[in-house]
Amino acid sequence: MSDVLLEFSNVTMQFGGVTALSEVTIDVHRGEILGLIGPNGAGKTTCFNVITGVYSPTSGGVLFDGKDITKLKRFQITRSGIARTFQNIRLFSQMTALENVMVGADTHKSSSVPGALLRTKHQRHEEKESRDRAMELLTFMGIADRYDSAARNLPYGYQRRLEIARALATDPQLLCLDEPAAGFNPAEKQELNELILKIRAKGYTVLLIEHDMSVVMNVSDRVVVLDFGRKIAEGLPAQVQINPDVVAAYLGVPDAS
Amino acid sequence: MSSLLSVFTKFKVFFLDTFGGLSEKWYSLTKNQRYSAWGLVIVAVYLAPWWPKLPVIGWIVNTPGTNFESVLTDQVLIYVMVALGLNVVVGLAGLLDLGYVGFYAVGAYVTAVMTSQHWNLPWLVALPVAVIVSMLFGLVLGTPTLRLRGDYLAIVTLGFGEIIRLSAKNLEWLGASRGISKIKHPPSFGPIKFGVLDAKPYYFLALTFVLIVMFFLHRLENSRVGRAWTAVREDEDAAELMGVNTYKFKLWAFAIGAGVGGLAGAQYAGKVSFISPDNFPLQLSILFLACVVLGGSGNMYGAIVGGVMVAWLPERFRNFTDKRVLVFGIALVLVMVFRPEGLLPRRVGAERRKSKAIDEIGASS
Repeated sequence: MSDVLLEFSNVTMQFGGVTALSEVTIDVHRGEILGLIGPNGAGKTTCFNVITGVYSPTSGGVLFDGKDITKLKRFQITRSGIARTFQNIRLFSQMTALENVMVGADTHKSSSVPGALLRTKHQRHEEKESRDRAMELLTFMGIADRYDSAARNLPYGYQRRLEIARALATDPQLLCLDEPAAGFNPAEKQELNELILKIRAKGYTVLLIEHDMSVVMNVSDRVVVLDFGRKIAEGLPAQVQINPDVVAAYLGVPDAS
Repeated sequence: MSSLLSVFTKFKVFFLDTFGGLSEKWYSLTKNQRYSAWGLVIVAVYLAPWWPKLPVIGWIVNTPGTNFESVLTDQVLIYVMVALGLNVVVGLAGLLDLGYVGFYAVGAYVTAVMTSQHWNLPWLVALPVAVIVSMLFGLVLGTPTLRLRGDYLAIVTLGFGEIIRLSAKNLEWLGASRGISKIKHPPSFGPIKFGVLDAKPYYFLALTFVLIVMFFLHRLENSRVGRAWTAVREDEDAAELMGVNTYKFKLWAFAIGAGVGGLAGAQYAGKVSFISPDNFPLQLSILFLACVVLGGSGNMYGAIVGGVMVAWLPERFRNFTDKRVLVFGIALVLVMVFRPEGLLPRRVGAERRKSKAIDEIGASS
């Protein structure tokens, strides 16, 4: 078993004339929390979209657990063990919190229309499994008290956490979080940090996109920095923070004069 | 204008109170009480052909100018069945289908061809074939088109409905524009005889089919399949990224919707015993869609209420002659103004149990 869970190698992603990613290589190791940072438009979310099959890369490849996943359909990628959340929350707003998570938990189930029509033993067993797993995850995320509310009626913080619960329900090896702290106050960010560490402690590998330095620097084991679609730095949070290229990308380069 | 608006508002509050109160009472009942209530409702509905004999209620429901029993069988139950099927496609899976009349026509034509035009088989043999063939048509239409979304899908399905009608009109094998007559009635059993004059046996049969379909659709809705459909409707991309094989479940929705539509068509053909392409105009697709939207898209009971209203209202006001379509149109507009989500909107989770939540939503909209 290789130490590398996800190999994102030499990926270039072009949209017409715009190059969103240019020969980006990222290795995600098993069990780590890898922070992916960069200024707006650096290509972070594009990375996620390539990994999860939303876009197929112009060139380069994505190996997950040693297998090429660039040709797989999106739901197959999820089944093979990659789950994600969205930068702008995309819950199933007219479903309850529990149902939202159950959709994720249904990923590895096999019963379909015939099973549901006949309510076979197998189908009832799978329903119960999904329900129990979903309830367990809602409890883990600390939002079980609102399990029966429509997702659209949940407070913002609950919605963010519900997205993570739904992603975890697909039983992933790699969890991709796209700006989970967006819109959080410092206390909520602190809670989120603890939650991410708790998730990692359960054995999930986490790939984290985040703008907020207090989150990234506190929880990440390693950090990759993107700027204008290129990888400009990689390393421990402390190293990256003082890297002159990174500072320049975030703060700009002082005029020569 | 402002006084008109205040009347509207009062009307709206009255509406919300009535409906909200009802749902609260319903959920305060015990399980056994609820089952008994269901039993009573079902018995009452089976007795619907005799409703016009009741005082007051009889006057309200009766359809002057048309035989009430025929309205129940030829219009109301057919529309209800179709609305149940279309609700799966439009209400649950969120796929806008403007050519649903096509599946209804396929069911009717399969029955006609098998029991009259080319073979002489009994209606009961034709019925399952009609359903299966309709489902196959659903797959045939869905396989290439379900890659499309929203408006594009609507246009393609619109074309499908017309293709079916025009094919029937031009194919000699399907009776062309003359149509097909002498379609067999369902077989009589015991004292229940399916003839020409008495519509009641057809009513009982159709109602039984509606209840069976409701039973199975309820099971589908409350399963992985129903969740997948709703997830696709809410956010197709997110659903797929959460591991839902969206294409497969959309195809299932299409096939099941088509099958139910075909069942309605087969029943219709067996009742009226004569069909022609003119029975399946585009307008019917629009009316079917109106059933679902008017009743409450995504709620099976809403679809039923919608089906009843769309089928029954025009007949109720038949003695208004020319103006009945106007009355029908005004009724549709009023419902959409006061209940934009339909007469019985879809409610989610805890909302279902709290009439308070319903009021809040009503007040904020």
